[in-house]
Amino acid sequence: MKLHINGHVYDIDVPETTSLLDTLRIYLKLTGSKYGCGEGVCGACRVLVDGHATPSCITPVASVQHKEVVTIEGLAKDGRLHPIQQAFLDEDAFQCAYCTSGMVISAVALKNRNPRPSRQEIIDAMQVNICRCCAYPRIMKAISNAQS
Amino acid sequence: MNTQQHTVSRRDFIRISAFAGGGLVLGFNLFSSCSPQQGEGVIYDLNAFVKIDTNGAITLMNPNPEIGQGVKTALPMLVAEELDVDWKAVKVEQAGLDTEKYRRQIAGGSGSIRDSWESFRKAGATARQMLINAAAATWGVAPESCTTEKGQVVHADSGKKLGYGKLVEQAATMEVPADAAVKSITSFAIIGQWIPNVDNRAIVTGQYKYGIDTKREGMKYAALVRPPAFGQTLKSYDDTEAMQQQGVEKVLRIDNKIAVLGRSTWEVMQGAKKIKAEWEDGPTMESTADYLRNFRETVAKRPAGNPQRKDGDVQRAYQSGGTKVFEAVYEAPFLAHNTMEPMNFFADVRADGVELYGPIQTPERTRTTVAKLVDMPEEKVTVMMTRMGGGFGRRLMSDFVEEATLVSKAAGVPVNLIWSREDDMGGGYYRPMCTYRYKAAVDADGRLTAWQHQSVGTTGSPARAGSFPAGAVPNLQVDAQEYKTPVTTAPWRGPIHNFIAFSEQSFFDEVAHAVGKDPVAFRLEVLDQAKQQPTGELEYDPDRFAGVIKKAAEMAGWGASKGPNIFQGIAAQYSFNSYVAQVAEVEKRDDGKLKIKKIYCAVDCGIVVNKSGAENVVEGGIIDGIGHAMYPELTLTRGKPDQVNFNTYRMIRMAEVPEIDIQFIENDIAPTGLGEPGLPPAGPAVANAAFAATGVRLRTQPFIKSGLFA
Ligand code: FES
Ligand code: FES
Repeated sequence: MKLHINGHVYDIDVPETTSLLDTLRIYLKLTGSKYGCGEGVCGACRVLVDGHATPSCITPVASVQHKEVVTIEGLAKDGRLHPIQQAFLDEDAFQCAYCTSGMVISAVALKNRNPRPSRQEIIDAMQVNICRCCAYPRIMKAISNAQS
Repeated sequence: MNTQQHTVSRRDFIRISAFAGGGLVLGFNLFSSCSPQQGEGVIYDLNAFVKIDTNGAITLMNPNPEIGQGVKTALPMLVAEELDVDWKAVKVEQAGLDTEKYRRQIAGGSGSIRDSWESFRKAGATARQMLINAAAATWGVAPESCTTEKGQVVHADSGKKLGYGKLVEQAATMEVPADAAVKSITSFAIIGQWIPNVDNRAIVTGQYKYGIDTKREGMKYAALVRPPAFGQTLKSYDDTEAMQQQGVEKVLRIDNKIAVLGRSTWEVMQGAKKIKAEWEDGPTMESTADYLRNFRETVAKRPAGNPQRKDGDVQRAYQSGGTKVFEAVYEAPFLAHNTMEPMNFFADVRADGVELYGPIQTPERTRTTVAKLVDMPEEKVTVMMTRMGGGFGRRLMSDFVEEATLVSKAAGVPVNLIWSREDDMGGGYYRPMCTYRYKAAVDADGRLTAWQHQSVGTTGSPARAGSFPAGAVPNLQVDAQEYKTPVTTAPWRGPIHNFIAFSEQSFFDEVAHAVGKDPVAFRLEVLDQAKQQPTGELEYDPDRFAGVIKKAAEMAGWGASKGPNIFQGIAAQYSFNSYVAQVAEVEKRDDGKLKIKKIYCAVDCGIVVNKSGAENVVEGGIIDGIGHAMYPELTLTRGKPDQVNFNTYRMIRMAEVPEIDIQFIENDIAPTGLGEPGLPPAGPAVANAAFAATGVRLRTQPFIKSGLFA
């Protein structure tokens, strides 16, 4: 199976039903995407698939062949953080930080389709993502303040 | 959670540092085992907290587990302040469990900063003094004539300067001074600043490794099938289908559970689902309705005797002429901790020892438990704590570490045991379920003369004898009773406070309204009573308590109308030696439903060490408190949890988060707890605001079931 992840092409031999999350975390050692619920209801495992924030825990790996997958590890370019990453860093927008990867991915997807989202649009885009530590106000601030 | 307090005497510290540094060269060359690297120097330990490289690089050790509460940033700040270094140039490393070097390597009881305030600063100051002494000896001048400046020792008279890296080799051979002075509070340069998380770059780039990310050569992933209901035991199982699951390599029985081992998390979890197990019910298979009925019956009866606290005579006070008596029953459900990173642990049990690696709040106790479990001396067990995707008290327990140990031992391979969300939410160690009955008396002059609290719950003691208004009321009685159940419970962020605050602060509000008093004024009146005429032991300082209440009221514009549809409620709680008061503001919408708009919060936790971290945990605590008061409950049907994932267990999400305004009282009191105290007042503040808006009293959580909220 050929996978396009973070600008690299991987030729990988795993069962087609393997979750994209396990493929990333276990076989490709990209552990930035996290397991939180396995049911698509917490957002911790979100990755970009052709630019859309997608729960990798319920996405069979075979379904993303010929698609462009970007994970948290693939956002920075030449050591320069993506503006959303920079904004999370500037606002110190995490506590345990386990949700951060999924939060950043959801926010990047939002900003890509809507560079100047309103407060309500941010809420709508982030409603899937649970932050158990409840760092929500800073996450909101980071997304609002991030450079487009 | 451990609320025990320790005082750190200087002797304790000297013993520790003498052990760790003690005039001996404990320095070692990090690169001795690999090829020497250009420009890298030799690293010396000046004590257990400070490592300095001869090339000038400074590394500070964080001994306590990081669960998101920010200790990995805040504790080294204490050392850096006194060592006098540029914070931006410092590197922080996590230390593993090492009881010879460190004390109290625990994340719990909001105690890390409280317990380290003196000793960590002393460690920094001592290392700094050693560097000064080394410089003074080099220059042939008196140490008193030298000072320091961001990582270098300076001799002002001669203008000489030497960086710490140049001095460390000699400093490490010097005697450890017993009397290094710490800075005065007014000269702090790092403590009190807004300092971002030390791991922020690794975090936002997805590089930071959590326990769940652990993968080692030869390691297998493991999932466990556990009894679906509390109280059940394993009768038999069939693993035929599970073994056919791709990636599954082994199935093993571990006591009352079944372990499935294989090459990936998802595959072993799938395998676990395919195990066909038969379970046998235990003698008590109760449902939530059974608990509720039982608890209500229990608190309706006279207390069984042996009160936790008894001041005066409440019965006499109730009977006194002109006295009004009030009564109400409050209930709190089971709650899951739901750390975002589910329980997991790496264990490698070999003939010569055990390696444990993963997220645990209590590494020391865990080492003892595991050593017993495998029948090895404690020295054979090493524990390294990873950064944790949340703790909230769940990781004070070590059940999952013990499981990983047993699986590794039985399978003869290193394992990373990972709980699914269903295992995690359904697996117990919940916030206890409790019921409280309150009774209070107000005399003809409007004075609170009696307060009675009778409780029952699935925990050793659901009450806190010293909780407000204890000490302020002449007649007070607290009775608590444990209800035994196979459902496991554990400390949950702000243990006991989290449900006591809801009932006590709401009932106090009930009484205030019933006698026509303003809830803020009535609280201040009672606190004044505690100050002027304390009864029995008083665990809180009435002035500091009143201080946060006044502050929160002032911030909220308490008493002034904010429009016809805006209503406020107040609650305050003293916990982990800190004082927090919150005013919740709700809006009544056109359809009559309430929306939580804003929380005003005043905190007195003494000196704030890290402004960013402090604001972050208090803000998180408030939202956590609102979230858990409003939305979820963990219910049981014949011992089986009804909610095992986030689709049925509702967590607070971004849309429900109100605006939050937090202010810290400025003083020069040594820092007190902060990880937990922000949470307890949030629920009752909301309940009291809801009453102000609707006249309906919320006495059961979650509030969403009342139908009052949008
Ligand atoms: S782990 Fe995929 S959404 Fe929760
Ligand atoms: S920071 Fe802990 S879950 Fe969001």
